Amino acid sequence: MKLQDNIREAKQKKGILLMTHIVLGYPSFEVNRAVIGQMVDKGVDLIEMQIPFSEPMADGPVIVKANQDSLANGTRLADCLDFAGEMAATHKIPFLLMTYYNILFKYGLEKFCRKTADLRIKGFIIPDLPPEEGAEYLGYCRQYGLAPIFIYAPTSTPARMRELARYGEGFIYCVARRGVTGSQTTFGREFAEYMAQCRASTELPLAVGFGIRNRDDVNAVKGRAEIAVIGSETIRLVDAEGASAVGPFIAGLR
Amino acid sequence: MKNNGYYGQWGGSFIPEILHETFAQLNKVYETARHDPAFWQEYVDLMATYSCRPTPLTYAGNLSRHFGGAQIFIKREDLNHTGAHKLNNVIGQGLLVKRMDKKRVIAETGAGQHGVATATMAAKFGLQCTVYMGEEDVRRQRPNVFWMEKLGAEVVPVTSGSGILKDAINAAFRDWVTNMDDSHYCLGTACGPHPFPEMVAWFQSIIGLEAREQISKQFGSAPARVYACVGGGSNAMGIFQGFLGQPDVELVGVEAGGYGLASGKHAARLASDDSSPGVAQGYKTMFLQDDDGQMRTTHSVAAGLDYVGVSPILTDLWEQGRVRFASATDKEVMAALELTMTREGIIPALESSHAFAQAFKEVGDLPADQSVIINMSGRGDKDIFTIANAFADPSWQQFIINKGKEYEAAR
Repeated sequence: MKLQDNIREAKQKKGILLMTHIVLGYPSFEVNRAVIGQMVDKGVDLIEMQIPFSEPMADGPVIVKANQDSLANGTRLADCLDFAGEMAATHKIPFLLMTYYNILFKYGLEKFCRKTADLRIKGFIIPDLPPEEGAEYLGYCRQYGLAPIFIYAPTSTPARMRELARYGEGFIYCVARRGVTGSQTTFGREFAEYMAQCRASTELPLAVGFGIRNRDDVNAVKGRAEIAVIGSETIRLVDAEGASAVGPFIAGLR
Repeated sequence: MKNNGYYGQWGGSFIPEILHETFAQLNKVYETARHDPAFWQEYVDLMATYSCRPTPLTYAGNLSRHFGGAQIFIKREDLNHTGAHKLNNVIGQGLLVKRMDKKRVIAETGAGQHGVATATMAAKFGLQCTVYMGEEDVRRQRPNVFWMEKLGAEVVPVTSGSGILKDAINAAFRDWVTNMDDSHYCLGTACGPHPFPEMVAWFQSIIGLEAREQISKQFGSAPARVYACVGGGSNAMGIFQGFLGQPDVELVGVEAGGYGLASGKHAARLASDDSSPGVAQGYKTMFLQDDDGQMRTTHSVAAGLDYVGVSPILTDLWEQGRVRFASATDKEVMAALELTMTREGIIPALESSHAFAQAFKEVGDLPADQSVIINMSGRGDKDIFTIANAFADPSWQQFIINKGKEYEAAR
């Protein structure tokens, strides 16, 4: 089944789906394992696992630091792939990989797609790869049944949104506001108009991320998108209170 | 050089979606300016009256005799306002900022030259200015930080990553994705996503246009070789463009050899075997990276050359065999700097001294009826703290210690 169909089916049963984010190897793979266990246990519907990169241009301070610390701990790409495979084999929900293009490019695009498809990864979010630069990437995603997930931004014009929808699979990741990951977002009228524009531009399910931190934020997204994305907030929580705080936090979101 | 942002297989535009429209606008304004002769004239006029263009081409008679080979000419970008070639690019982009009606500029800086140039332009054009600078570079280049702040800019030390130029670029991009509506990112070198490599190279081409005319007037024929240091590659692109159409002129890019190529502590992307194709900071080029695609730490005595990537235009010219790449070690650079000061009374920046060092290794092999041009991208006297430190000058050290005591006592 295609990722978008998985999402639509799951959405039938729940008012809104939750996607969470972790940075691989931060603070360690052991903690990643415990956090993901709790997330799945409390009903998280999708998880994006970020392969750390030395130049995470589109990320905010919390995730930048996590990328940096993970690499400083000695995290290698091979460890990330092993761990991703382990998670996809252990848990039933879809797992995605998020990273920057150089990680795929350096590994070899086809090899990366073949390998991750074998590991039963469902798709990729690559924030520095617009479709204009991604012809080869899109070809291998198609060939190996991986969903290339594209991003809408509040600065995207309707024409650009329709263009991106032509290339995307799985869902569209709607960035809720300008800026990088991890700061406050106001879910006001402007946000509602933006989401209406996103909806009108694609048949694909919509996910909303950037600045979703609590139950109110998740509620603000309900009815406007299929998926609410919790990114930096769980990293902050694990930093402050440890892995065991994640379960209750997730349980309180909807 | 029209190409949709690719030079052979290098370049491109790998940008987050949120900047798509910002780049569309920038491309439009840039293309319009590029096809408008009045824009270039306005630029040249401003550089003549506000800065010091055309900068002279100086015959280095003493050095030429010292090596006994080709006649050495020095293109004096040190005499440009703010003491380096950086202002050429910044004034050009400043004119585009006015056309886009933006009120604020963001810049990254390594050595501080580009930061000072941007702060200068912002002051002149009435723009707000924020400069991102790696904390390591803030430590190395305090005098430039002092001037940027005095010129009215906000200087933000960047602590993420290794705290050097590449990290300042990432931080500047993060600011831009938040403030793109009223801010322009004034990228300082011929790298990054399209149109930056081409646009920065265009503004810097003023160096090569002048040099071509000057050498022909002063020496009577084209030079045998042109030497330029290469960090991101903007001064090299600037002077090389004057001679790209003359296949007999050999173009030599000189990278930072640091402690030597064998040490692994250098920033030689094209002159060493340590780099490989990659995509980062919005463009594809040869990067110093590990097998996983993580960028490596680089080293150079010159902050302005301490960078993991290199202009995609230069990578293409290297691949075509049009530009030869070499490297000079920190040690060779210090020796070249000393020789240039004592023989010619000229103080090149540490960055520029790389070009001198490589020229000095080779110029003796060329006949005396030929000439070479060394692009002196900036002046060294304002880097007195760094240069005095690199020379480990005892009387300077004592001066600093005494000055510190004075400040301490006055507290």
